[in-house]
Amino acid sequence: MAFSNEQLERYSRHIILKEIGVKGQKRLSEGRVLIIGAGGLGAPAALYLAAAGIGVIGIADADAVDLSNLQRQVIHSTPDIGRLKVESAREKMEAINPEITVKAEPVFADSDNILDLISGYDFVIDGTDSFPAKFLINDACVIAKKPFSHAGIIRFRGQLMTCVPQEGPCYRCVFPAPPPPDAVPTCRQAGVIGAMGGVIGSLQAMEAVKFLTGAGQLLTGSMLTYDALSMEFRKIRIKARDGCEVCGKNPSITKPAGGAAPVCEGIAL
Amino acid sequence: MADYTIDAAVDITDVVCPVTFVKVKVAMDELKEGEVISVRMNDGEPVQNVPRSVKDEGHKILKLLDNGDGTYDLIVRKQGD
Repeated sequence: MAFSNEQLERYSRHIILKEIGVKGQKRLSEGRVLIIGAGGLGAPAALYLAAAGIGVIGIADADAVDLSNLQRQVIHSTPDIGRLKVESAREKMEAINPEITVKAEPVFADSDNILDLISGYDFVIDGTDSFPAKFLINDACVIAKKPFSHAGIIRFRGQLMTCVPQEGPCYRCVFPAPPPPDAVPTCRQAGVIGAMGGVIGSLQAMEAVKFLTGAGQLLTGSMLTYDALSMEFRKIRIKARDGCEVCGKNPSITKPAGGAAPVCEGIAL
Repeated sequence: MADYTIDAAVDITDVVCPVTFVKVKVAMDELKEGEVISVRMNDGEPVQNVPRSVKDEGHKILKLLDNGDGTYDLIVRKQGD
């Protein structure tokens, strides 16, 4: 595939980069990324990936835009209140970049649909806000050997890690099981600073771009945490666990289980 | 006698920075290592910046020829793939 002059201009700031170049931009154009959750994390990720010219971007979420979303979910606007989030998101993404294909999936990920949902994509971004959803995505991606970015945000804190199954630890290696309900406050109870989604969701988009182009090192084998109040980033090394229930030597989890709670019923980090 | 043969040519007189260098990168991407490309560019900003950018990418500049009409031909040998 050859780039038109218009495409060369659109992607010129990428192509100039040694680590991206013509080959890297072609890989982005041929890349397929699924974003699960069109909320605080998914919004910036979707905008940057659309702008980057990722060939096919899937975005999955069954929720409608609510007034309380607009403080952080920057892909949605006030006139979008009541619309399906994935439709609102698709419109903005296509306006930024008409060259890409956006697949709007108006569903919540659950144990029945998750494997179908992620199949056909090169990389998955977990932009959900509940523990059941995060474990579901982790388990499905490990079982399907699908690289993905995990992230969570709450109050003034955020964290993320990248998992490439069979090459490094998964989310369950670090956290073997979800905490008991009510042990961690929901994002509705706890609150979250709006720009946190921008910081962490943009880092997830960065990992997707690096994965597709092969530039640099991915955030595998580490968890990056960000505390906005102390303005500190920490990179904590993590190891794959031999006894991990899904990616260990004798996994007890061989198919995805559980469902994703609707947005904000669950837990944010 | 030139000690090289031109394998490809690209004209970047119709575009401005940074698409000038982008067009050169795209053209060089099509070449094999060791092949030579002639890049036609305008005097001024392109001739000041494009040769330096090409060099930064690790390619070898063989010659810069003044065409006498406000344009230059930059002769570059591709290094690496």
